[in-house]
Amino acid sequence: MSKLDFKNFFDLRVTIIWIITLVYFFPIFWMFLTSIKTEMQSISIPPLLFFEPTLENFFIVQERTNYLKYAFNSIVTSVCSTILGLLIAIPAAYSFAFAPSKYTRDILLWMLSTKMMPAVGVLMPIYLITQKLGLLDTQLALIIIFAMMNLPIMIWMLFSYFREIPKEILEAVRIDGASTYQQIRNIVLPLSWGGLTSTALLSIVLSWNEAFWSINLTADDAGTLTALVASFSKPEGLYWAKLSAVSVMSCGPIIVLGWFTQKQLVRGLTFGAVK
Amino acid sequence: MSNLTRRLLLTPSVISLLLWMIVPLGMTLYFSFMRYNLLYPERFGFTGLLNYEFFLTDPAIWPSVLNTLLLVGFVVIITCILGITFAVLLQSPFRGRGIARVMLISPFFIMPTVNALIWENLFLNPVYGLFAFISTSLGLPVIEWLSELPLFSIIMMVTWQWTPFALLIFMTSLQSIDKEQIEAAEIDGASEWNKFVYLTIPHLLRPIAIVVMIQTIFHLSLFAEIFVTTSGGPGYQSTNVAFLIFAQALMQFDAGIASAGGVFAIILANVVAIFLIRQVGKSLML
Repeated sequence: MSKLDFKNFFDLRVTIIWIITLVYFFPIFWMFLTSIKTEMQSISIPPLLFFEPTLENFFIVQERTNYLKYAFNSIVTSVCSTILGLLIAIPAAYSFAFAPSKYTRDILLWMLSTKMMPAVGVLMPIYLITQKLGLLDTQLALIIIFAMMNLPIMIWMLFSYFREIPKEILEAVRIDGASTYQQIRNIVLPLSWGGLTSTALLSIVLSWNEAFWSINLTADDAGTLTALVASFSKPEGLYWAKLSAVSVMSCGPIIVLGWFTQKQLVRGLTFGAVK
Repeated sequence: MSNLTRRLLLTPSVISLLLWMIVPLGMTLYFSFMRYNLLYPERFGFTGLLNYEFFLTDPAIWPSVLNTLLLVGFVVIITCILGITFAVLLQSPFRGRGIARVMLISPFFIMPTVNALIWENLFLNPVYGLFAFISTSLGLPVIEWLSELPLFSIIMMVTWQWTPFALLIFMTSLQSIDKEQIEAAEIDGASEWNKFVYLTIPHLLRPIAIVVMIQTIFHLSLFAEIFVTTSGGPGYQSTNVAFLIFAQALMQFDAGIASAGGVFAIILANVVAIFLIRQVGKSLML
């Protein structure tokens, strides 16, 4: 008897989960569906679930807005800022993990506290500095800003991975006369390859979706996909299908990336504090 | 490792973060005491506290502070509740759990601009939107979401996007819950509710602290969603501090007032954050 009750409860739970899941996912599904409708179909009442799909919106978006240029900017800025960030973060995390001093904790917390500075609080200075340096609307400006923005998270995250490498291994190679560079290159990085990848992926996701600086510091040349999508905020006639198409084209790659890396991302977002 | 090596390893990160923090902060502070309109740069000069006076007597200031706090507060609370609910539901295995998880997490990877525009148009549009269609089919009045309930609409969008984040973290944390303890409780006849209150919730306290902290950092300066949908309106109903400063800076070109606003935003963020980061920082270091 009690077994039967349990089974009923179980099925009810699963049913509830699937209803919630489908409702929750629906906006993404609907966005995708609208992107393969014609403009007329996209505003039809009642809304259409079955129709003859078309890919024309994707071509129209590329033709009108030069989507590929924005996509290229997004790729360049997120990848380069991640590489720059890693180059700065790896030595720091190495030092925090393997040669901690009495200041390590304070420095780490200070680094995290730089994330407390709201971007809008320094909009004016950053804008003016970028302008003075002639970097307005360049990829370089975004690369540097994204790297700085993500640096504290990257250091924390790498630190939490490096901490798990047994110190004895490093001591052993140190006695054999390996330089710091060799230790990092030959021992630390290979041993924390998974952590390194997830740090890089998190940084790419955060940079890809960054909106404040991309909207405020770029125009035609260095605009990223977030800025391209923002330019669709002024409606012009029928445009839902095109809006959905540009949205799918902008989010598609990063959603897929997110699916594959969800587990590692948790660690990154919580600095390894939740396991 | 020698002290020198250690310093060399730390130098790039410390110097770059120091520059990234101090230089703009100093400039914001400096400009906040200056008369500085980007359209009339020749009138640049010291003006004392005038910028602060302008900013703090702007009729939009207190509504926008309130909106900022409401936004952060509601989003954080709702995402935590929903996140815990989803995480508990997903806790024991069932067919297709992996797929359900992937689907539930997906909104987190949507760009904020896409999130806002898709909601604004496909769902909340009072004529062709899906919500309007549902209301009409049910014989209910159609709501003009973004003009009647602008702040609520934005809270809804942000909540949709950030619940997956809470879920992701709670789900991971629940995997490490002590199974033997739960079994022991079951043997003792604990109800589902009691297990939830006395075992699950205490286990989740630390992840909750982290979810609250990270979301607070992000939502205090929420910008893109407001920028692409309501532009802070109607009136100031959906203006938050971040958007107000943006409006001062890039619409009225007043770098002085915008900087005073920036200082205000930094203070606000830190008042909220000092408490949070102290608490959470402690638990992070173990």
